[in-house]
Amino acid sequence: MKKSLPAKKPAVRAKNSRAVIKKLIVRLRAHRAAAIASLLLSVVSVALTLLIPVLVGRGIDCIKEAGRVDFPSLRPILIGVGACAALAAAANYLMGLVNNRITYGVVRSLRNEAFSHIQRMPLSALDPRPVGETVSRLIADADQLADGLLLGFSQLFTGVMTIVGTLAFMLSIDPLIAAAVVLLSPLSLLMASFIAKRTYKSFLDQAVVRGEATSLADEYITEQKLIRAFGYEPTAKKRFGAVNERLRRHSVRATFLSSLTNPTTRFVNSLIYAGVAVLGALSVIGGGLTVGGLSAFLSYANQYTKPFNEISGVVAELQGALACAERLFELIEAPEQVPDPDPALEPEAGDGSVEFKNVDFSYTPERELIRDFSLSVKNGQRVAIVGPTGCGKTTLINLIMRFYDTDGGEIRLGGVNTRAMTRAALRSRFGMVLQETWLRAGTVRENIAMGRPDATDEEVIAAAKAVHAHAFISRLPQGYDTVLGESGGTLSQGQRQLLCIARVMLALPPALILDEATSSIDTRTELIVQDAFARLMKGRTSFIVAHRLSTIRDADVILVMRDGHIIEKGNHDELMKKGGFYRELYETQFAK
Amino acid sequence: MKTILRYFRKYVPETVLAPLFKFMEATLELLVPLVIASIIDRGIPEGDKAFILSRGGILAAFAVVGLALAITAQYFSARSAIGVCADIRASLLDKIQSLSYGRLDSIGVSTLVTRMTSDVNTLQTGINLTLRLLLRSPFVVFGAMIVAFTIDAKCALIFAGVIAVLLVIVFGILLTAIPRHRGVQKALDGVTSSARENLTGVRVLRAFLQEETEIKEFEGRTRRLEKLQLAVGRISAALNPATLVAVNIAVIVLIHTGALRVDAGTLTQGQVVALYNLLSQILVELVKMANLVITIAKAAACGARVSAVLRLENGETDGSSIPDEAAPRGLIEFADVSFSYENAGAPSVAGVSFTARPGSVIGVIGGTGSGKTTLVNLIAGFYRATVGSVHFDGIDIAEFDPAALRSRVSVVPQKAVLLSGTIRENLEMGRPGAGEEEMLCALETAQALDFVQSREKGLDEPVLRAGGNFSGGQKQRLAIARALMKPCEVLILDDSTSALDYATEAKLRAALASRESAPTTFIVSQRAASIRNADLIIVLDEGRPVGIGRHGELIKNCAVYREIYRTQFRGDDGEGAAS
Repeated sequence: MKKSLPAKKPAVRAKNSRAVIKKLIVRLRAHRAAAIASLLLSVVSVALTLLIPVLVGRGIDCIKEAGRVDFPSLRPILIGVGACAALAAAANYLMGLVNNRITYGVVRSLRNEAFSHIQRMPLSALDPRPVGETVSRLIADADQLADGLLLGFSQLFTGVMTIVGTLAFMLSIDPLIAAAVVLLSPLSLLMASFIAKRTYKSFLDQAVVRGEATSLADEYITEQKLIRAFGYEPTAKKRFGAVNERLRRHSVRATFLSSLTNPTTRFVNSLIYAGVAVLGALSVIGGGLTVGGLSAFLSYANQYTKPFNEISGVVAELQGALACAERLFELIEAPEQVPDPDPALEPEAGDGSVEFKNVDFSYTPERELIRDFSLSVKNGQRVAIVGPTGCGKTTLINLIMRFYDTDGGEIRLGGVNTRAMTRAALRSRFGMVLQETWLRAGTVRENIAMGRPDATDEEVIAAAKAVHAHAFISRLPQGYDTVLGESGGTLSQGQRQLLCIARVMLALPPALILDEATSSIDTRTELIVQDAFARLMKGRTSFIVAHRLSTIRDADVILVMRDGHIIEKGNHDELMKKGGFYRELYETQFAK
Repeated sequence: MKTILRYFRKYVPETVLAPLFKFMEATLELLVPLVIASIIDRGIPEGDKAFILSRGGILAAFAVVGLALAITAQYFSARSAIGVCADIRASLLDKIQSLSYGRLDSIGVSTLVTRMTSDVNTLQTGINLTLRLLLRSPFVVFGAMIVAFTIDAKCALIFAGVIAVLLVIVFGILLTAIPRHRGVQKALDGVTSSARENLTGVRVLRAFLQEETEIKEFEGRTRRLEKLQLAVGRISAALNPATLVAVNIAVIVLIHTGALRVDAGTLTQGQVVALYNLLSQILVELVKMANLVITIAKAAACGARVSAVLRLENGETDGSSIPDEAAPRGLIEFADVSFSYENAGAPSVAGVSFTARPGSVIGVIGGTGSGKTTLVNLIAGFYRATVGSVHFDGIDIAEFDPAALRSRVSVVPQKAVLLSGTIRENLEMGRPGAGEEEMLCALETAQALDFVQSREKGLDEPVLRAGGNFSGGQKQRLAIARALMKPCEVLILDDSTSALDYATEAKLRAALASRESAPTTFIVSQRAASIRNADLIIVLDEGRPVGIGRHGELIKNCAVYREIYRTQFRGDDGEGAAS
């Protein structure tokens, strides 16, 4: 039996930066041509930039002392410097453009990849994740990754090129001093990687606490009105303050540690510079070097060490970026829902019969919810589900729509196991109105037409009219083109619910699921909506979860649920005659 | 920027010391070319190896001291930047917690979240880099010029020229890029809200097979974001090459001028090398600065967005009146009250007048969108009457001290929301430091005791974000218990039993009625049964009061009420129940 809940991950995973890098490289493959262009441009730009100190050194050798300046040789040298600088600049600019294209492209496709992956993740994996935390991965983490990658491209390539190029030039001028430089420089790299390793963990800690802070800030801002109503502001402040303080501590640590890389490598480089100065000067005295050569050498010693500086700086930045990438990949690689079967079966078009066969289900293994549940609903029947709150009514809907998969047993639609068909085929046969009315940011029209984007204006208006939403929509500032803000803007709960119903009305699905669909609509409106629904439900299998018994009295089958079990089954008259739990529920409605 | 600068006050030592140590380190670097010049002009011509070695020793000493200075600077810089941003985050929460409801509605949640999280993070990086590196750059640049003047005033003029040109380049690009960064941020906001919306509406979206549409929309937004990022990138990428060209032109002029001066005998070869090295340092420094400028420009854009929130007017001026001891407790008076939401066409509530006596039960009933919730929001002072006045315990709500007002009102909102934490923590919202006894009592009244006790950890059962691990009805009952915990003069139940079955609701009503000292209670409901025993029933229709009175009167005189009642109590006109 397959369990859709993911196994609990250990709190601290062995964080593997090498694996993350490998995954990033796979994503870079699409930009192969651009990456090669970037590399070539960086070679051109670096080579020309490196040529300049040699030329300048030759120029300095033309300037011996008073009265001994060789102007005829100096002029062409200076023109060469100008040409090199111009060409190097052009190559550098183009490289910048290419690098931007690669980085932003990679991050965009990663974001898209993560987002479309989320669409395929089972709800059992999504529900436990705080929204703010997931959003933070998609936004903040991806952003930091972009910054890191950009630095990596613009400085890592050029850095390596500069090192190689400088080495070549130095070797051509004085192999001995060059050798000394080469021997000393690995020290700088060693120290950089030593620090980076220690930094990575604190960056990770920082990212975790940052996620917590984001999630809490998100919650407190979203639920601001509630917080205000309870005068909870001081506690909210205190709780956020505590997380904020932890974040501060972790950030200081991570930032400080990562910023050690620069001074340390610079220290090694300064030592090398001093060494070059001494060795070079001695070599000039010995006649091996000219003063211009020494000048070029010193420039190189600077330029040679600069990329080490940059590279180590980039390495520190990359550590942060990798930690972010890892969180993004964790999301991208979270297990997907069981794939749709291929080939998939199609339930017969006209057959809306639904059958539960020995269904078992629970959200958490510790807490059994539905056990050995069986029910057969004929095509076109109206099923009402009633029972005390929390008895498993909503769960039943989660299972019918395959938001969650059963642990055991099967559910059949039109005689076909719902697991043998695609989710799209299954869901397109059901129209659903949920307890929590959700509207997307967009116009009223877009919201109603969600299930049928090709619907004409007339059809949209007809659907709105059918659920008596047309009147209030017309009163909105821009009518059907009024843009609804996040979570429906200033519409009342009931108005939002009417829109949700209109949405289903337009889609005309063969079967319906109505979860508390009318809980926020006043009974006058409800009566009208009921009427519309009655027409809609004609010939369609429907499941209605409602507490209002008047709405379910006409149902063909009433399921009375308690603790995940169906304890009574029958129509209204039968159940009343039986005098069981249903009768008790029914009578309390009129209790005074 | 001023708004942000204020936050540095607490971190003055760190903020001053970080650049100071950086300056000292930079000073050492500026002295290096002079040491080299002395090697070339004195050590080499005289063949003085001991002198050369001693100069090498000085350079090594510079390196050691520089390391110590730099590490100290990094430490102070991290503390300052992170401390400032932690304080800003805390202030942002304070600010958001003080905005009026109208303001919150019009700004929107997701942009506030972005500003409080990723914007502040970017700002933090920006401040850190500014303290550590950005301030150092001008120092090195001008320091190099000063050192150049000590060598040769005429050549130093070239320095002045090139520095001016470089500043124009750097700031020109900076100023062009900043406004464009704002566009990028806005596009990022769009991506954020798209992601959030998708996650909160995941069930509906899947039910309507919207996965592909959502992906397409999201991809559209990321594409737009990328386009804007690239546009800014095209400007920023010009920095490095432009500075490279400018500095090398200066090098050419310098060598040429140097050659003339050496030929004339006013300069030495070593001094030309020193000047050239100084110029290289300027270039290195400016390239660094140019790269920083990109990051700082981003940070500045974020800083502006953050300070925009910090500078927001709260939307309403707070009153300061508090009723004295003798004032009534729980007296609500509406005098011809109308209210319209910001930017709304028609008023949501119009012409409402009534008086609720202390301890009475007021029912509010009416169709969807008839203004019931708006009406009770006016009592709690969440919004203020556009026309007319609402008096609470004899004081106009507009003049009431808001904290004092809210401490007198307890609300169960229409949409039951729990905060993440535990059940206990949620209940404590109502009464900080409450005892277990009181909690159990409130849970019992709210008909929530059974399911809370059936949970493994009881009161300490964790509550997920938005109460995700509880059903709609359970959330409602917990929200009621939470409201009951709060000592208050006025209790508002805003359609807060819609997800309860009738049996549970009836028990809840009975439990509420049997409490010893009851506050003035407003019950908003769709169900006539919930309110028909109220002392006063307000019937709303499209924002207007169409009937105010007791059940018995309304059933006779108010057509809207009669219709609501009949649809729910088929065949029973309820006459008997009213007396």
